[in-house]
Amino acid sequence: MSFSEFLDMGGYALYVWSSYGLTLVILAVNVIGPLQLHRKLLTDIAHAARRARKKT
Amino acid sequence: MFNNFFHKMASPKYFYSISSRLISWLGMAFVLITLAGLYYGLVKAPPDYQQGDSYRIMFVHVPAAWMSMFIYVVMAGAGAIGLIWHIKLAEVISISSATVGASFTLLALLTGSIWGKPMWGTWWVWDARLTSELVLLFLYLGVIALYNAIDDKRTAARAVAILALVGVINIPIIHYSVEWWNTLHQGPTVTKLGKPSIHLSMLIPLLLMAVAFKLYYAMVVLMRARCEVLERERHTNWVKELAGSQ
Repeated sequence: MSFSEFLDMGGYALYVWSSYGLTLVILAVNVIGPLQLHRKLLTDIAHAARRARKKT
Repeated sequence: MFNNFFHKMASPKYFYSISSRLISWLGMAFVLITLAGLYYGLVKAPPDYQQGDSYRIMFVHVPAAWMSMFIYVVMAGAGAIGLIWHIKLAEVISISSATVGASFTLLALLTGSIWGKPMWGTWWVWDARLTSELVLLFLYLGVIALYNAIDDKRTAARAVAILALVGVINIPIIHYSVEWWNTLHQGPTVTKLGKPSIHLSMLIPLLLMAVAFKLYYAMVVLMRARCEVLERERHTNWVKELAGSQ
């Protein structure tokens, strides 16, 4: 099987690859979201703690 | 020993540190098993004698559909545990499952639609399997909306648990829909009693992808639970120290 045959997926390339592409996108979004939230929470909490310390 | 383990897990600080370590291990295992699954599914497995290569959509569609139901049961189960025994960690696991569960449901619907077009000649039919899976998506969205609508997180978690438990009725409906009603959707080939009517060369990548998706779910649920713990514990000293040291 050649590489172009592999890409062609027996004529179903559009269907097969769009399914796998969607899977990649949806799985990536679900990882990136919580990672960004985690970083944001840590910086927010650190800022709030610093502000509280300045006040006292 | 077990008592000690559960006692420790109930401590948010301990949960945070152990989940952070688990996330990277789960991530690595997920990537390795996915690569193996893709290799066996896209390269090694032969084309189907009826569907040609289009059936390869199955290797993401079926595990995604399994996950959509599995995660819902975990979400409702953890919600019930939180409701009955007031275990905060169970509440956190329950609510952290909602978004990723909704995502797998959407993925199952979308890939099913893409598979349906060349095989059935239509993107969508209002039959029992597809409709009940769509209802599952709305249940997940309802859970997410309800949780965000209530300010007090613990009250919100309790309300969500009740909604999730009521929705559990939909899970056997999805599973048996292909047997109870006439439908375009094919019947089960793996989970039926007796020998699965699927060739080993196709069963292996299917199971690899199913395991990979389970690992992925465990990873994402811990990522979200970790954030949820930080938010709920943001006024405690250990969280402030942790944030300050970053």
